[in-house]
Amino acid sequence: MSDSILRFENISKTFPGVKALKNMSFEIRRGDVHVLLGENGAGKSTLIKILTGVYQADEGGTIYLNEKPVQIHDILQSRKLGIGTVFQENSLIPHLNVAENVFLTREIRTASGTIDWKRTYEECERWIRELGVDHINPRTQVRRLSVADQQIVEIVKVFSQNPSIIILDEPTSSLSEHEIKNLFRIIETLKKKGVTFIYVSHRMEEIRQIGDRATIFRDGELTGEIENCKTADMDEIINMIVGRTLEEKFPARESCIGEVLFEVRDIQVPNTIYDISFRLHRGEVLGFSGLVGSGRTSTAKAIIGAIPRTSGEIYINGRQVRVTNPAEAIANGIGYLPEDRKVEGLILSKSVKENITLPSLKRKFSKGVILDAKKERKTAEEYREKLRIKTPGINRLSKFLSGGNQQKVVFAKWLCSEANIYIFDEPTRGIDVGAKSEIYQIINDLVGKGAAVIVISSELPEILGICDRVLVMRDGRITADIDRRDATQERIMSYSI
Amino acid sequence: MKQTKEAAPAAPKKKHRHSFNYPWMSAAVPLVVLLVALPIANSRFLTVSNLTSILLQAAVYVIMALGMSFVLMTGGIDLSQGSLLALVGVVAAYIVEHQGSIFLAVVASILVGALVGLANGTVISCLKIPPFIMTLSTMYLCRGLTLVITQASPISITNASFRWIGSGRVLGIPVPVIIFVVAAAVGQFILSYTATGRYILAVGSNREAARLSGIKTRWNECKVYIISGVMVAIAGIVYVTRLGAAQANAGQSYEMEAVAASVLGGTSVLGGEGGIIGTVLGAIVVAIIRNAIVLLEVSTYYQQMITGAVILLAVIVDVQRKARAAKRVD
Repeated sequence: MSDSILRFENISKTFPGVKALKNMSFEIRRGDVHVLLGENGAGKSTLIKILTGVYQADEGGTIYLNEKPVQIHDILQSRKLGIGTVFQENSLIPHLNVAENVFLTREIRTASGTIDWKRTYEECERWIRELGVDHINPRTQVRRLSVADQQIVEIVKVFSQNPSIIILDEPTSSLSEHEIKNLFRIIETLKKKGVTFIYVSHRMEEIRQIGDRATIFRDGELTGEIENCKTADMDEIINMIVGRTLEEKFPARESCIGEVLFEVRDIQVPNTIYDISFRLHRGEVLGFSGLVGSGRTSTAKAIIGAIPRTSGEIYINGRQVRVTNPAEAIANGIGYLPEDRKVEGLILSKSVKENITLPSLKRKFSKGVILDAKKERKTAEEYREKLRIKTPGINRLSKFLSGGNQQKVVFAKWLCSEANIYIFDEPTRGIDVGAKSEIYQIINDLVGKGAAVIVISSELPEILGICDRVLVMRDGRITADIDRRDATQERIMSYSI
Repeated sequence: MKQTKEAAPAAPKKKHRHSFNYPWMSAAVPLVVLLVALPIANSRFLTVSNLTSILLQAAVYVIMALGMSFVLMTGGIDLSQGSLLALVGVVAAYIVEHQGSIFLAVVASILVGALVGLANGTVISCLKIPPFIMTLSTMYLCRGLTLVITQASPISITNASFRWIGSGRVLGIPVPVIIFVVAAAVGQFILSYTATGRYILAVGSNREAARLSGIKTRWNECKVYIISGVMVAIAGIVYVTRLGAAQANAGQSYEMEAVAASVLGGTSVLGGEGGIIGTVLGAIVVAIIRNAIVLLEVSTYYQQMITGAVILLAVIVDVQRKARAAKRVD
């Protein structure tokens, strides 16, 4: 145990309605690149946020740094303890140059208190050389750098604070092959200087390239530890990530698939999605699987006209329809439930009732220009009962509801709009098991009544549990069209990476 | 949002139990303080003639502030209000004096107000120019145009029937007061009883969620500037007919008074929240302060300082109250 630099003991984190981490215990050894692996929502980010003081762990857990228990209240403190973090969203200021960013809040001053620019640039150059990234000029404005170079600047900034541990949170998510190699070279350089890395990723191929040891998460639990990444068995890792069994309860449904209701041909969004074509049948639940950034959400948004597409045709019941903005999508009976309910799905500062009726105000709740307050109230009450939304009243502001109930409000909103083609983007993200199975039941009821449903999900068990057919996306293209009978997690995974 | 709830007919009574959390509370507190303190300080305050004159003085500000509130609800601002007031006044006075038609003057004024509002709204929503910058530009444009038209000399209004709008009374109530009450009622109607009102608040609270809900965010943002322009046009007519003359330098910094009244009335400058009653009360509070300074023979030099202090205090109290209310609900 002497080589343990960081040790977690019984770390748990509970959010209202969700247990994001359950009794995590593992150690990170000095000088390793330790990979944290898991699907989205598995708990990796939550653990990182506890380590950087963004969240506080529940009572009862302890973090040991160099075998001494530590309490981390905020990011400044974690920095003082020698933990440097390169976040997924970079934290550089675009209009300042590289050196200014590197020494932000730690400006090197002259005796009279003004900034010592000469030494600032010298120091910055020294760190850049030490990392072997000489192509970066300390005087370049950060916004003029590529995303990969910005990330390198971020690493320079973190490294220049002499951390003993550097956290890299999904560092390769927006990098090309070549840039990834370059990043790995930098990691190797720093490793030789004695820095320990915590490397968060959901890309499996990387673990063998860069990792020493790995910890695998699923649903907030530790499902596996790998002592030597170089010799690890990939299939075994996949199993540990996705789980062997379908744990969640998926309500049974008799598939009753009818004629083609909806068809999309050749949708393109430059640099995002290419040649997207598919058909959706009445009574069918079609799953969209793939990694984050594979273009699933962009496809949905291009269909409803929320992002402009350069080409593409949409047919409903064999007839071509014009959908260039969300209003036209709704008019054509297409409802889109966005992936982030707090930012895109709901207006948090408005009531449950107002959220439910928002897309249908003009069509269903207006007599001339006047709103039909009574009908609005009655309808909102109906949906509250039907979907069992737990709220003291329909006038309650939606921000005071739990995640699962908020999501039910978003569902009610689209059910109320009387669409018959639904696109549900991550419909069960961040909500508890009970609410999940209620939401699956809602989806089943919809297709039972002849609607057609698309479910975008990063959770493979969910895709397998509720869909009739699965489309897999990778790098903006559909790479596979798999029937439910032939679909396995491994097979879907193999088309996504 | 609370505003709509509060105004909805047969709103569930039990909701009143857990909070007094209405936007207009922020204006109600200083209003009550003033209404209690001033009669003690000066017995002439609580006379019918004094109260009527307060309301009369408040009229122009109330009407403008109504327009400003709608703009603020979307997270915007309309700095062109004061200049537009002068422009509209000049247009109205010119038409009345040269054409003699009051009807034409009123229609033309409202049209000018609506057009300037449409220009503001179109540029802001379609070209993505920040509201502050766009309306700052129209502020200069309108003021400049007014100066060019008038060559800086005032146009007096000799038409007595037109002047009745500003100085007449119906059943003892000054016409401008009737106009502002009607304007407030229309504003309340739009906000609480039409889809447009709901859309405006939705766009101000969460533009992306509103857009994905099928709301035409650009058009609804455009609407608030048109509403503002029309309200300013009405205020402009009241202004020139009260004064009996249109001047190129009229209405300077009135837009700030309108912002002050709105904010005092609980409308959020960040958008998404606001109410009509609050704005009316806010404008009245500002008018009362102005009146009290005259009544109590305080040097008028103090007026702006006192107004500033009252707004600051009222908003601080209001923010604290809301934070407490939010904690209670949690």
